[in-house]
Amino acid sequence: MSEPESSSSFSRFLSGPALLTLPALAILILVMAVPLGTVISRSFTEGETVLENYIWFFNTPVNITVLIRTFRIAAVVTLVCVIVAYPYAYAMSVVGPRLRLILIMCVLVPFWVSGVVRTLAWVILLQDSGVINKTLLALGFDKVKLIRTQLGVTIGMTQILLPFMIMPLYAVMRGIDLRLIQAAKSLGAHPVKTFFQVYLPLSLPGVFAGATIVFILALGFYITPLLLGGQQSSMLSTLVQQQVLSLLNWGRGGAMGVVLLVATFGFLALAAPFMRQKYKMSGGAR
Amino acid sequence: MTNERKGAAIDIEACSKFYGNFTALDDVSLRVEPGEFMSFLGPSGSGKTTTLNLIAGFTDLSKGEIRLGERPISNVPAHKRNIGVVFQHYALFPHMTVAKNVAYPLRQRGVAKAERDRLVEGALAKVHLEKFAHRYPSELSGGQQQRVALARAMVFDPSVLLMDEPLGALDKKLREVLQLEIRRIHRELGSTFVYVTHDQEEALVLSDRIAVFNKGRIEQVGTGHQLYSNPATLFVGQFIGESSILRGSHRVNGDQTALDIGGVIVSAPGTPKTGGAQVILLRPEDVTVQAPGTGPRDGRSNVIQGKVREAIYLGSAMKYEVILADGTPIVARTATQGEAFGIGASIELAWNPLDGRLLTDDGSVGGH
Repeated sequence: MSEPESSSSFSRFLSGPALLTLPALAILILVMAVPLGTVISRSFTEGETVLENYIWFFNTPVNITVLIRTFRIAAVVTLVCVIVAYPYAYAMSVVGPRLRLILIMCVLVPFWVSGVVRTLAWVILLQDSGVINKTLLALGFDKVKLIRTQLGVTIGMTQILLPFMIMPLYAVMRGIDLRLIQAAKSLGAHPVKTFFQVYLPLSLPGVFAGATIVFILALGFYITPLLLGGQQSSMLSTLVQQQVLSLLNWGRGGAMGVVLLVATFGFLALAAPFMRQKYKMSGGAR
Repeated sequence: MTNERKGAAIDIEACSKFYGNFTALDDVSLRVEPGEFMSFLGPSGSGKTTTLNLIAGFTDLSKGEIRLGERPISNVPAHKRNIGVVFQHYALFPHMTVAKNVAYPLRQRGVAKAERDRLVEGALAKVHLEKFAHRYPSELSGGQQQRVALARAMVFDPSVLLMDEPLGALDKKLREVLQLEIRRIHRELGSTFVYVTHDQEEALVLSDRIAVFNKGRIEQVGTGHQLYSNPATLFVGQFIGESSILRGSHRVNGDQTALDIGGVIVSAPGTPKTGGAQVILLRPEDVTVQAPGTGPRDGRSNVIQGKVREAIYLGSAMKYEVILADGTPIVARTATQGEAFGIGASIELAWNPLDGRLLTDDGSVGGH
C-alpha cells in the first residue's frame, strides 16, 4: 500500500471507527496497561540492582523447573484439546441443524459455569475417595492417584479449555467446501489420502487458531492447578501468587510475570508464520 | 488432431435412487455411446445431477446397475472408477497452486515427477493456462478456474468425463467461449462426455445427443434436431426451443386428429398415443401471420383468427405474440420482408397441418 493511501485510510479511521473503539480502549488502558506497567516497573525497581529480580529468577532452579513444567502442561493440554476437539468439531460441521445445536450446547453449557465451580466438580470426581476411584474399586480395579497429580491438572484444564479449541475449529471447518472431498475422490484419492491431503490442510488454520488460544490461556492457569495439582504440579502463576500475596515480594512476582509474558510473546512469534495463509479459502463463486 | 483411443460406453440399466419416500430417479435406462457427447437436460430436481452422481460414485444406487465399458461399477468406490468430474463451483483445492491441482490425480496414480510435469504442462496448454501454473485458484477469474478444473479432470486421461453445469456460474459471453473450447477438447480427447445442464441452448450447442430429464425419468433421448422437430412429449416440446400450445376437444379423422379451438377446427397428423386431453404444439417459424382473408383457403392449411399483442423487430425476423379469441397465446416468427402488423391488429394465423405436433397434455405447460 502506498503512503498517501494508508494515511488517508488512517484519517478515515480517526474520523469514524476510532470513536467506536474509545470505550474499550479506555477500559483496557485503565485495567490492563496501567497495572501491567506497574508490575513491569516494580520488577526492575524493587531490587538492589535493576536486574536483581531477573537474576534471582534464573538462578533459582525451582523457578526454571516450574517455568518448563508450565509450558509442558500447557503443551500437553493443547495437544489433548486438538485430538479431542477435532473429530467433535468435524461432526458439528457436517450434521443437520438440530443435532448441531445440541452439539453446540454441549460445548457451551459447561462454558457458562464458572471455572472455579467446574474445578471443584473435578475435585469431587478425581479425589481419592471420589466418583472415579469408587467406580474403579467397585469394578475390582486398584485406585488411581488422580488428584494432586499432573494428570489431574491436565484433565481439568483440558475440560475447561476445550470450547476454546472447538469453536475456532468449527468455524474453519464449516467453511470447507465438502465438494472438494468429492473432487479428490473423483481424481483417484483414497479417502484416507483425501483427509490428509485436502481436509486436514484446509482445517489447519482452525487448529492453529484454537491451539494458540488454548496454549496461551493454559500458560496462565491458576485455580485449576492449585486445586487439582499438588506441590509437584504447580504452575508459574501459583509461584507468582506466593511471591506477591504470601511473601509480599512484588519485585520477584513481577519479574516472574514478565518472564511468562515475554515467553508467551516468543511463542506467538514462533507460531505466527504457520498462521499466515498463502491462499484464500473460497474458490471464487461461493 | 484426432485420437485413436476411444472413450468408454456408459450403460445405465434400470437405475433408481430413493431418499426415504422421495424418488430422485425412477427406473431410468440409458446408453451413452463410446466417445459420445451426451447432455442431461432438465429442470432442477429432474434427476439429471443424481444420475451424474451415480455414475461418478458420489451416491449409491438404490436399484439397478451401471456399467462402464462392460464392467459393472456400482460396487466400485468413486476413487477407483477413473472418471473425471468437473463441478459447477470448480472445486479446486484452494491450498494448492494450479500446477499442484492439475498434478493431483497423477500423484494419486503414482506417476513419476518428470512425467507428471510433462502431463500437467500439456493439460494446461490445452486450456491456455500455461502461464498461471504457479498461481493459487483464488488469484484466478471464474473462467480461468473452470479451465483449471477441466485440465485437472482430463490430465489423467479418463475414459469418461462428467460435467455438472460447469459453466453455470459464468456470464453469457464467457460461457459461449468455453462451450466452444469444451467441444474442441472433446474432439481432441475422444473420451465419452456427459454434460449436465438446465440450459437447452447449451445442450444444443454441445451435444451429439441429449437426454431430457423430468421428475426423475428420461422423457426422450435424441439429437437436438430430433427433440426439436419430433418431441415425444409435451414436456420435451416445451423445454427445447420456443413453442405455442393449442388446446381443445379432439376427434380422430383417419390418420389425422382435429382439435376444436373455440369453434375453429384445426388438425394435426397422427392419432393420440395415449388417452387424455390432446394438444397441438406449434413452432414459431411454422406459423404465418397474414391479413384476414388473404391467405390460401385451399382447405389444407389451418387458419385461425387472432389479435396482435406484441410485435417485436428482431432484425432478420419479426416476432409476433398473438392472442386467440379464447385467450390462447401463439408465437409466430416471420421474415421481415412481408407485411408488418402493429399491436392490436386483427390478423389471421395459418400453418401447414403437417407442421403441428399432436401431443398428450402431460400438465407440463408453464414448466419452462
